[in-house]
Amino acid sequence: MALKIVKGSIDRMFDKNLQDLVRGIRNHKEDEAKYISTCIDEIKQELKQDNIAVKANAVCKLTYLQMLGYDVSWAAFNIVEVMSSSKFTYKRIGYLAASQCFHENTDVIMLTTNQIRKDLSSPNQYDTGVALTGLSCFVTPDLARDLANDIMTLMSHTKPYIRKKAVLIMYKVFLKYPESLRPAFPRLKEKLEDPDPGVQSAAVNVICELARRNPKNYLSLAPLFFKLMTSSTNNWVLIKIIKLFGALTPLEPRLGKKLIEPLTNLIHSTSAMSLLYECVNTVIAVLISLSSGMPNHSASIQLCVQKLRILIEDSDQNLKYLGLLAMSKILKTHPKSVQSHKDLILQCLDDKDESIRLRALDLLYGMVSKKNLMEIVKKLMIHVDKAEGTTYRDELLTKIIDICSQSNYQYITNFEWYISILVELTRLEGTRHGHLIASQMLDVAIRVKAIRVFAVAQMATLLDNAHLLTGNMQRNGICEVLYAAAWICGEFSEHLENPVQTLEAMLRPKVATLPGHIQAVYVQNAAKLFATILKNQEGNTDSTAAQETSQMMIDRLPLFVQSANLEVQERASCILQLVKYIQKLQQKDVEVAEEVSALFAGELNPVAPKAQKKVPVPEGLDLDAWINEPPSESESEDEQPKAIFTKEEPKHSRPRHTEVDEKELARRREARKQEQANNPFYIKASPSSQKVYQEAPGVEHIPVVQIDLSVPLKVPATTPSHPTGLPMSDQYVKLEEERRQKERAEKKKKEKKKRKEKRSGRGKKHDSGPESEEDITPAHVVDIVTEEMPENALPSDDDDKDPNDPHKALDIDLDNLLETTARRPLADSEKLPVRSHRAAGAPKSSAEDGEAENATPQEPKKKSSKEKRDKKKDKERDRKRSKEEKKKKKHKHEEKEEDLLGGQAEEPVVQSEETKEVEAQPTSTSAEVSDLDFWLSNAPVPSNTQEAATVAEAAPAPEAPAGTAADSEPEEPKDTETEESKSSKHKKKKQKKEKEEKEKKKKKKHHHHHHHSDGGGEESVQNGTVEEEEPLPPMSNYCLLAENSYIKMMMEDADQVCDIQGNLQDGSQVVVSVIFENKSDSFLKSMEFNVLDSLNSKLQRPEGSGPHDGLTVPFQLPPGVSNEARFVFTVQSIVMPQKLKGTLTFIVKNEDSSTHEKLDFKLHFTCTSYLITTPCYSDAFAKLLESGDLKSSSVRLEGVNMPFHHLLARICFHHHFSVVERIDSCASMYSRSIQGHHVCLLVKTSGQTVSIDAKCDEPTLLGNVLDEIKQTFSQC
Amino acid sequence: MIKAILIFNNHGKPRLIRFYQYFAEDMQQQIIRETFHLVSKRDDNVCNFLEGGSLIGGSDYKLIYRHYATLYFVFCVDSSESELGILDLIQVFVETLDKCFENVCELDLIFHMDKVHYILQEVVMGGMVLETNMNEIVAQVEVQNRMEKSELCNQN
Repeated sequence: MALKIVKGSIDRMFDKNLQDLVRGIRNHKEDEAKYISTCIDEIKQELKQDNIAVKANAVCKLTYLQMLGYDVSWAAFNIVEVMSSSKFTYKRIGYLAASQCFHENTDVIMLTTNQIRKDLSSPNQYDTGVALTGLSCFVTPDLARDLANDIMTLMSHTKPYIRKKAVLIMYKVFLKYPESLRPAFPRLKEKLEDPDPGVQSAAVNVICELARRNPKNYLSLAPLFFKLMTSSTNNWVLIKIIKLFGALTPLEPRLGKKLIEPLTNLIHSTSAMSLLYECVNTVIAVLISLSSGMPNHSASIQLCVQKLRILIEDSDQNLKYLGLLAMSKILKTHPKSVQSHKDLILQCLDDKDESIRLRALDLLYGMVSKKNLMEIVKKLMIHVDKAEGTTYRDELLTKIIDICSQSNYQYITNFEWYISILVELTRLEGTRHGHLIASQMLDVAIRVKAIRVFAVAQMATLLDNAHLLTGNMQRNGICEVLYAAAWICGEFSEHLENPVQTLEAMLRPKVATLPGHIQAVYVQNAAKLFATILKNQEGNTDSTAAQETSQMMIDRLPLFVQSANLEVQERASCILQLVKYIQKLQQKDVEVAEEVSALFAGELNPVAPKAQKKVPVPEGLDLDAWINEPPSESESEDEQPKAIFTKEEPKHSRPRHTEVDEKELARRREARKQEQANNPFYIKASPSSQKVYQEAPGVEHIPVVQIDLSVPLKVPATTPSHPTGLPMSDQYVKLEEERRQKERAEKKKKEKKKRKEKRSGRGKKHDSGPESEEDITPAHVVDIVTEEMPENALPSDDDDKDPNDPHKALDIDLDNLLETTARRPLADSEKLPVRSHRAAGAPKSSAEDGEAENATPQEPKKKSSKEKRDKKKDKERDRKRSKEEKKKKKHKHEEKEEDLLGGQAEEPVVQSEETKEVEAQPTSTSAEVSDLDFWLSNAPVPSNTQEAATVAEAAPAPEAPAGTAADSEPEEPKDTETEESKSSKHKKKKQKKEKEEKEKKKKKKHHHHHHHSDGGGEESVQNGTVEEEEPLPPMSNYCLLAENSYIKMMMEDADQVCDIQGNLQDGSQVVVSVIFENKSDSFLKSMEFNVLDSLNSKLQRPEGSGPHDGLTVPFQLPPGVSNEARFVFTVQSIVMPQKLKGTLTFIVKNEDSSTHEKLDFKLHFTCTSYLITTPCYSDAFAKLLESGDLKSSSVRLEGVNMPFHHLLARICFHHHFSVVERIDSCASMYSRSIQGHHVCLLVKTSGQTVSIDAKCDEPTLLGNVLDEIKQTFSQC
Repeated sequence: MIKAILIFNNHGKPRLIRFYQYFAEDMQQQIIRETFHLVSKRDDNVCNFLEGGSLIGGSDYKLIYRHYATLYFVFCVDSSESELGILDLIQVFVETLDKCFENVCELDLIFHMDKVHYILQEVVMGGMVLETNMNEIVAQVEVQNRMEKSELCNQN
């Protein structure tokens, strides 16, 4: 035994260890490869031995060699062997090697599953740790699936060391096995509040990573993160959270508002630059998300810009860089605030640091104006000359083009200058962006008609000097320019000064060395040129010139006919035969020019890049249907057709915004239209662009300034020494300057004249100060042609998402855990609690990912979920009309999230008795989401809520100052106030009465007061009990439902909804809004709302629950807080009033105890609650009465002591009528029930007697409504 | 996410490479070469961020590096990481190395690549920051080293 050990250690003594290997390699500098190959041979020998120590040593050395670039995958099995050693030392070596060289296609990985599982459950935490670390590097979908459950268990390990690793690795598991996200998420969320800061930080890390890709699913965690942000002191965690908020805030503007304050505080207080920077970044994101809605954040913008300026001015280059980076984000939404720091940014352009220069370049994009464009570009051109690296130079080039071409060449006043800039850029050697310059040349020449003469002349020179551009074929990126040059010269050949010379240049033998697609363009355009030349020459008496040209074509073209490029060959032979034929005709003195030029007649107009996509699919055409059934799969890959045609010219692609929501796009589109409308250069799109060209003045009518021939028409590259010593574009700058000067002078002169004439004696108003933007007129009138779009193309910009994004699979709605059939290979203990939903009647809110889509019965199922929802929304909006205007605005903001959030939070919690929210049917939103809403809609500072509550409760005095009432609107008083005023405005209109806003505020107090006076009653109270007051007393539709020492329920039953109009006979639903107010000092939770169904009325419950099950109220109530929930009932017959008994059960939780409590209540559905305020025009009203289908009934009210308009208002408000017509003390009113019954009233008053004659097609309903009206007035 | 961590010396010789996304060996070497090429030509007084490494990732990725004496520590990260945070992390890592090796120098990294890996594993795991507290990192590394020592002693 002893001998064996000795032998083993002697063996090892002779083996090289890692240090020996490294030393050896260092000693064999000359023949390193050879030395290493002998080492590898040794290693192979060592791996064959049984001794695990020797093997581990060998594997360790292999890891080193792997770093040097040697493929060691052949030893994969040995690595697995070492991994399975029982000794930590060797296991660690094995796992390290595996993590360095295993990947998804390593086949031995399958063998490791059980070993890893064993290690994960090892009693030694370091074995587990090593396994987790290794696994994080080489986890495969199979491993993820098989081990997900084990890792999830480790998330609750006793040791924080293991917990944090387990939490972190879950992200990798999610990526490889998305199905695991749903079951693991609750536990992951738990870890956000782990006592160990490391674990907490890991959980934050993982959730941030997840949320970055699919932010909307994590919105519900915002309150939790908010808590962490305000409590954590760990800068790492803070940075992550703040970054996460940056991703969430675009989805939820309310979140942004909430964030601004704490973030601003952090900005002021933190000393850590990294934290400060991230705070600034997120504030910027918030500001961007709010930019449309709230203009009032200039202070925050100023703060950000100020801080960033400090960063940029810092001597630390890192801060400078980051400052510029963040600045560019502000630039997009608040360009003005950035522009004021132009000096600083231009200064950064000269920085020695390339990264900083690049950032500054980005910013330049937003800083240009008509005035300074030339100056800035000139500066950039100087940089182009100086730049050493091609990357930076290419970047400069693209920036110059970007800047100039932005917003449809908005800032270019002189296109001759721009063309010459482009020509100058062709000097760049080895640039990759030849195609970019080329496409700009083409674009400008096509779209700016006035510049064609000049452009053609320039291009002709370029063609003539092509050999200089293409001197070295290897660096032929730039020769793409010739493509543009040839095309422009051909297409607009009528402008050529010397077409024959250009033709000759295009047919030089040297052309044959150009890339094929360029040659093809040469050949084709040579033909166009030829046609033009014929046309010119045929007018002459001497026909020999024309024949000579033909001869030249015939001589030169065969070169191209022999081209290896198919397209060149084809075009050349076609054209050659054509020319031969023409020559024959010429010899017979036949005039051919007309026919030849007819070949190329017509204008080529630019086509919008998305035009193809926008062609509407004709009806009955299914693009996905097979024309021929696909052949069997056997002949698949090698048969794939290769691209036959040359690649399309690569377009310069702008950075793509992957996830721009549609509203945003719509907004941008609108902005763009605006901009186009204001752009004098822009031809407004007309239905048929073809027409535009017919109607637009021809080229000759466009006033073109004389080309100043002091500028030589030469390519600067060709002339090393310029006659004037200036690059050409600079001369244009000079000319432009002069022109502007002249203009200014002229203007001044005119003004002087005017002044002289007027002799008004005013002081110098216009001195030679810097001219304003508007003063600069373009050098000549230019029309920029719009791109062609197919007729009736849809104006939509749909940016497609990358279908291959691995994170797409992780787009899982974690709030909505409704799915019943998710595959879960996880233990039973991991099963998720399926959340109970309050009502199945309103499924739309959960349809976020289309999973929980139990479509509304009225909607046809075929439509995509989104369409459906949109449509539904639209309809609802229609119905709600002006009332919901402001809401709509909000919806626009939120777009998708709207569903997720439901309607509840949109309404301030305690107020807006009147606002009827259709979206706010009890939704299947999960508890978290409602909590989020609650969190967002409630006061930013909890104490505020408390205050609100006390105001609400302890306000018996109606005379309390109106100001306090405002306090009970917890969130951003400004906002709600406007909302309130809006709703009151509406009311005014409806009641045709003037009312002061103050009362509106008072009303709330009355309203609360009212509840108080009735407080304690366990009975339903008829709504609309109001005090007598002048002018119109406030009214409320909320009435106390039930109250005890813990909780107060208030009900608004005025909210009736029939699902979709047009289907009135079918589903009649009534929505009941209940405000729950916690009056105790304890926490109320697990509230369950239940109603005993009657034959006629049923509470809508989620599918699968029994008829007696209660509905969980989707929130909990901290002390003093109130919140509103809505419940949907189905009612079959609406002609009779209904009373339903119900119970609310809840748990009262104190610090030390929790008790079950119960509260009984009665819901009273009056007949008026089935009426919907529907406006009706007097003629329609008259028709209705004439029809004779209506039964009549009447009622007399005695002793009504109120002005007539109050009376009407009361009927309108409490009984949902609208006034059709009013003449003196007589008015006709109309309403409609949810099932479509018409109810017409004629109200007359004389003294204290009011008589109401009513007609309705349903006498029972009418009788009940009249009774209710009577009751309303008897109560006053 | 951190996509790769590279340590190489002033001549571009790799001292530690750690990719959190699979690349074949030759590709890895190419990335190292390119990164070295980008980083080495930069002065010490320019900023520590670099865009344009075309091999790893796209525009979303940045190289964040620090230069210590003869060594470059380069982290390739995406936009979810805070730039200044990563700079701090590199500092933490290097200080940890300094503690574990007692005045770390390039030679330590050359001869103890495995140990450097083990230390790094306590800082970054699978491309995500695991621990930033230096004392905690050092403590865990030391416990594991002791375990290794005791195992080897038992064997002999």
